Amino acid sequence: MGILQRMSMIFRAKADKALDRAEDPRETLDYSYKKQLELLQKVRRGVADVATSRKRIEVQMSQLAGQADKLQNQAAKALELGREDLAREALTRKSGLANQITDLQTQHSNLQGEEEKLTLAAQRLQAKVESFRTRKETIKATYTAAEAQTRIGEAFSGISEEMSDVGLAVQRAEDKTAELQARAGAVDELLASGVLEDVTGTAKDDITVELDRMASTNDVELELARMKQEITAGPSGAAPRELEGEAAAPAEQPATEPTQEGEQR
Amino acid sequence: MIVRIMGEGQLRLDAGSLDDLNRLDDELGAAIDSGDDERFRAALLALLDAVRAAGTPVPDEELVDSDLVLPYAEAHVDEVRAMLTDDGLIPESRTS
Repeated sequence: MGILQRMSMIFRAKADKALDRAEDPRETLDYSYKKQLELLQKVRRGVADVATSRKRIEVQMSQLAGQADKLQNQAAKALELGREDLAREALTRKSGLANQITDLQTQHSNLQGEEEKLTLAAQRLQAKVESFRTRKETIKATYTAAEAQTRIGEAFSGISEEMSDVGLAVQRAEDKTAELQARAGAVDELLASGVLEDVTGTAKDDITVELDRMASTNDVELELARMKQEITAGPSGAAPRELEGEAAAPAEQPATEPTQEGEQR
Repeated sequence: MIVRIMGEGQLRLDAGSLDDLNRLDDELGAAIDSGDDERFRAALLALLDAVRAAGTPVPDEELVDSDLVLPYAEAHVDEVRAMLTDDGLIPESRTS
């Protein structure tokens, strides 16, 4: 076994190097146990760090999704008002956000995977540490220093190997988290700087301002039209008749459509 | 025979599955020599799958040495090559 054997030899060498062998092997056991507990703490901190990063990305994803929704609504509103240019602008910005969201989703599933792996590693290490502790106490209680040396054997190298592996896994998780945090920081900055906020946030962005302006113009026009109609309806134009007229108007349209369809066929 | 998959833990395998693993290990070695990450990844994943399929997980509380060690699935070919050089498994070697 070429590669695999070489890797296991390297692993063993590293595990051996990590052992500070004391004169009395029983002391070495205690020292190693102390190191194991330290590593266990470190792995648990690692799990917590990854979880924090994951939650931060979740918050950012929902913020971005909220902004994308707003832009979608703006686009719909703009189209209703016949402003295709504004609708296009809103949809363009929305598609920019969609890319960010996709990117965050990838990061999120990365972190989730990392979190699961580390959680399992922590469980594994804890079980091994516990079994090492039992073994260590038995050895210390039962054997003299000289005898203990031969009894330690595999328990010792077994746990050292696990520690090497878990130590490296934590290191990898930390590297990955640091990298993702830098990117999450960039998204935070983007959100805070107003580049995205301006589009949809509480401070009115250009699309909103334009839509508001158009909506109010539209309302004014409608109001004016209504008032004009009231005047031209004349003095005899009683309110009930006008209401009848309004009610009749929409009913006419559906009635004409089938006829048009019929003609087309 | 005990095989460790880095970051995942240990598995116990019958000696009977050795032939298969040997063949896959040869391919992994060739892939590392070629430096082609795609080829390396395919070989690594094939090996990992074979080990996972043939092995039974070693119970968490068991303390035992591994006979063989496999890189973790996401490892890059350069990373593994670095592990195999004299600096060994020390992550800092990547920055030098």
